[in-house]
Amino acid sequence: MISVTRFATTAVAFIGLIGFSLACSKKEAPPAETTPSASAAPVAAAGPVTLQGSGASFPAPLYSRWFREFGEKNKDVRVNYQSTGSGAGIKAFIEGQTDFGASDAAMTDEEIKQAKDNVILLPMTAGNIVLAYNLEGVTDLKLTREVYAGIFLGTIKKWNDPKIAASNPGAKLPKIDISVVHRSDGSGTTFVFTQHLAAINEKWKSGPGVGKSVEWPVGVGGAKNDGVSAQIKQTPGAIGYIEYAFAATTKQPSALLENKAGKFVAPSLQGSAAALAAVELPADMRAWVTDPAGDEAYPIVTYTWILAHKKYDDKAKSAALKSVLKWSLQDGQKLSEGLFYVPLPEKVASNVLKAVDTIE
Amino acid sequence: MASTGMKAGPDLTEAFRSPVSRPPSAWQKNFDVAFKYLAHAFGAGVVLLLGGVVFEVMRHAKTAIADYGFKFLTTSTWDANRADFGILPEILGTLYTSILALGMGGFLGITVALVLSQGFVPRKVELAMKNVIELLAAIPSVVYGLWGIFVLVPLLRGPAGWLNEHFESIPFFSTRLSGPGILPAALVLSIMILPTVTAISREAMAAVPKRLAAAAYGLGATRWEVIFNVTLPTSAGGIFGALVLGFGRALGETMALAMLVGNANVFGFSLFSPGNTLAALLANHFPEAGNVEVGALMYAALVLMLITLAVNALGSWIMLHATRELKGLG
Amino acid sequence: MAHAATNPQEIPAQQSSFRKSLSEPRTLVNTALTVLALLFSVFAMFPLFSVLYMLLAKGATQLSLSLFTELTPGAGMEGGGIGNAIVGTLVVVAVSTVLALPLGFMGAVYLAEYGGESKLAVVVRFCGKVLTGLPSILAGVFAYAMVVVTTGSFSALAGGAAMAVLMIPTVMLTAESALRAVPSKMKMAAFGMGATRAQVVTKIVIPTAIPGILTGVMLALARAMGETAPLLFTALFSDYWFGGELLKPIASLSVLIYNFAGSPFEHQIALAWAASLVLVTIVLVLNVIAQIVTRRPEEH
Repeated sequence: MISVTRFATTAVAFIGLIGFSLACSKKEAPPAETTPSASAAPVAAAGPVTLQGSGASFPAPLYSRWFREFGEKNKDVRVNYQSTGSGAGIKAFIEGQTDFGASDAAMTDEEIKQAKDNVILLPMTAGNIVLAYNLEGVTDLKLTREVYAGIFLGTIKKWNDPKIAASNPGAKLPKIDISVVHRSDGSGTTFVFTQHLAAINEKWKSGPGVGKSVEWPVGVGGAKNDGVSAQIKQTPGAIGYIEYAFAATTKQPSALLENKAGKFVAPSLQGSAAALAAVELPADMRAWVTDPAGDEAYPIVTYTWILAHKKYDDKAKSAALKSVLKWSLQDGQKLSEGLFYVPLPEKVASNVLKAVDTIE
Repeated sequence: MASTGMKAGPDLTEAFRSPVSRPPSAWQKNFDVAFKYLAHAFGAGVVLLLGGVVFEVMRHAKTAIADYGFKFLTTSTWDANRADFGILPEILGTLYTSILALGMGGFLGITVALVLSQGFVPRKVELAMKNVIELLAAIPSVVYGLWGIFVLVPLLRGPAGWLNEHFESIPFFSTRLSGPGILPAALVLSIMILPTVTAISREAMAAVPKRLAAAAYGLGATRWEVIFNVTLPTSAGGIFGALVLGFGRALGETMALAMLVGNANVFGFSLFSPGNTLAALLANHFPEAGNVEVGALMYAALVLMLITLAVNALGSWIMLHATRELKGLG
Repeated sequence: MAHAATNPQEIPAQQSSFRKSLSEPRTLVNTALTVLALLFSVFAMFPLFSVLYMLLAKGATQLSLSLFTELTPGAGMEGGGIGNAIVGTLVVVAVSTVLALPLGFMGAVYLAEYGGESKLAVVVRFCGKVLTGLPSILAGVFAYAMVVVTTGSFSALAGGAAMAVLMIPTVMLTAESALRAVPSKMKMAAFGMGATRAQVVTKIVIPTAIPGILTGVMLALARAMGETAPLLFTALFSDYWFGGELLKPIASLSVLIYNFAGSPFEHQIALAWAASLVLVTIVLVLNVIAQIVTRRPEEH
């Protein structure tokens, strides 16, 4: 027969496994870590209302923080936001698989029609898209418009290309290939970046063009801002476009880009807020600044939107969503700068608040 | 002392009390019939399941096939906006990585199978090695992907750079390894198919009648002469089946490739260039595909399914044939 | 004798020796090949040890009570754990077992006890073998079409359905072997006493084959736990504990590892290693238990 020790080991392993799973499934929600301060009034609901959202990775760090903070102050609202990329977020929202979506490419007219026009676009925050790079010993890399468009077009292939050296005298540029990293998924960040490239470079406009996903002449794909940042971090000689927060928190240097005025500018939060405030938001709240003017303006900046329904069947959900959004547009904005996002200009924030009120 | 007479038999009263020992009651008769039908139904259910999977994929791919036709298999762009889809780089990438994996993993797998079945090491070591190889198969694909990103790719960067610098003219080394690429993906893939190839080859080798090997030894052959002249030729059918099944497994592998192959819609023979495979394409684009893209992805899924089904069916058929052959020898 | 075969003295004297000498080319080749083969075998086992080493080195640093009791952190956040992912994996696997067991098990009963070598049985067995080779992502596509589209949301149920498709063939084929391994003497004895076929199967064959069947289930479980691709677009992910709703997205260890592996944030990468450690531990334990259970017959 089976030896006693063998049997005992097997039994212990089995019991351990079962016990462990039982112990875990009994777990309730985690206790609050901080004492809630006076903030948005909690939503009156029968049990906790769960809001399911997915979409852009661009604002994901900020949204996670917002929803976590809001959830701690309002125990009856749980917001589950999954960073899946703008493309996936729009699709899930249209198909009704989520309660709200998020996208830096807002929504196209076609997509709004697919959602049966029951859509309201709400700019919640804004950010810079930076070109993060991985070059040992090279700080403050300056890239002219011709150069950075050329890098992504594949016409400039090596780091020690004379055109790059020209704007970076004294920098030790290695002889290695430039490893371009772009997005492999449908991305609002890609949309904004390609829109900017098309605005400053004819070859890009007639070539790969603008879109959430385009035919990249060169480079490898990473999934979401996270994946591109990770690739850049792990690959010597890499360069890619990511949201500023990702570069800042992972300590990857960002290139100084030549703006419309011909100056090399580093990503800046205040300067971008000014650039955005200069543009009037139309009624449907979709606006892009593809190439801001001004000496101090950083060239690639965008709003990012939350996609909500104008009318919800579940009134508890719409009430919960409204309270989350309102909190984010007021108290939440105080957290933006600390997390490297551009706070909404005052006028814009109040317009969006008014729009949130129209949600049923 | 009793010369004839019956032995005192075992006490059968309990046995006669058991329900099995009585003629079946009406309920039990009905249960019998019901159970039989249930078993048949579920057996057929498995066939329906396979049919269902194939049918669903074909159904969703139908419109895409009509729209894109054969061009889908021969072009290279993947543009959801302009509805321009082509999976040529993915088909080639799938085949290329799987063939590379087969070459490396197959060779290693057969070697390990030989070591495990030809008495090179003591029994206890054989058992330990067998367990280790089986555990290789148990590790989830996504963990191999994680390991590949943080261990394998950095490890390969140095040698790959050296090879690229000195042998750039050879097509295999013509680009630089920037990170993920064909080689890391193929290496991880070969690790993943190794257990399959080893297990099936081992069975095939163990089925070689010992008399044949003994005869060769008796004539003075060395161990490796026996292996090359007796064991391998005789188990060739089974080994071939093992390789085909390993190949089939490599074709369908998703996660490790999605994480390591680079997700670029290009195909090149360079081991260090990024590429893409059908399964990785599906994993990357499916979560976010709109209706137009879903159709194209279903078409790609259909292609993947047909390739893997064909290869696996071929492998199963070869195995069936090979085991029949060996039974004849016994 | 009419004619002597050969005169022993005419056979040239050869220096034959039964000792292996390395100066003999054949022996040299033989030894060299043996050394090479052993080296390759050790090389083949190296990845397993490397993976285990990395898991322990990088994942063990995260081992603490909070790892198992806290929720997954967002991008750039510190703290947190993988508790919801562990529970999520167990839930999805439980759903898939409930869905897979009837079909796999009764399918095996059919093959072993009723089908034999009939045409249908051959087809069923072939389908089973083909399904074992089905790429996991296609199981996900199938579950997406059948469950996500009809229910309108990503859900644990859809994830479980995808896993079930992957579990069924393994359960069926291993259970069939286990059922067939029951000695026919026992079955004949029962038939002799007047049992119906169903009684033989339910009261004698199945109970005897339980260890083998459980092995099959455990191996299928281990495989299902590690699958990621199907869950990416069926169960999606969730940053909250499982609250009993099977029709909502749910976290899982494998999707967590995939998501965090591509993350630029050190903390998330560390959690990916920790989650891998937990997942691989569970999977290896299941495999070892299965190996122990199947080792029993060899002991007699």
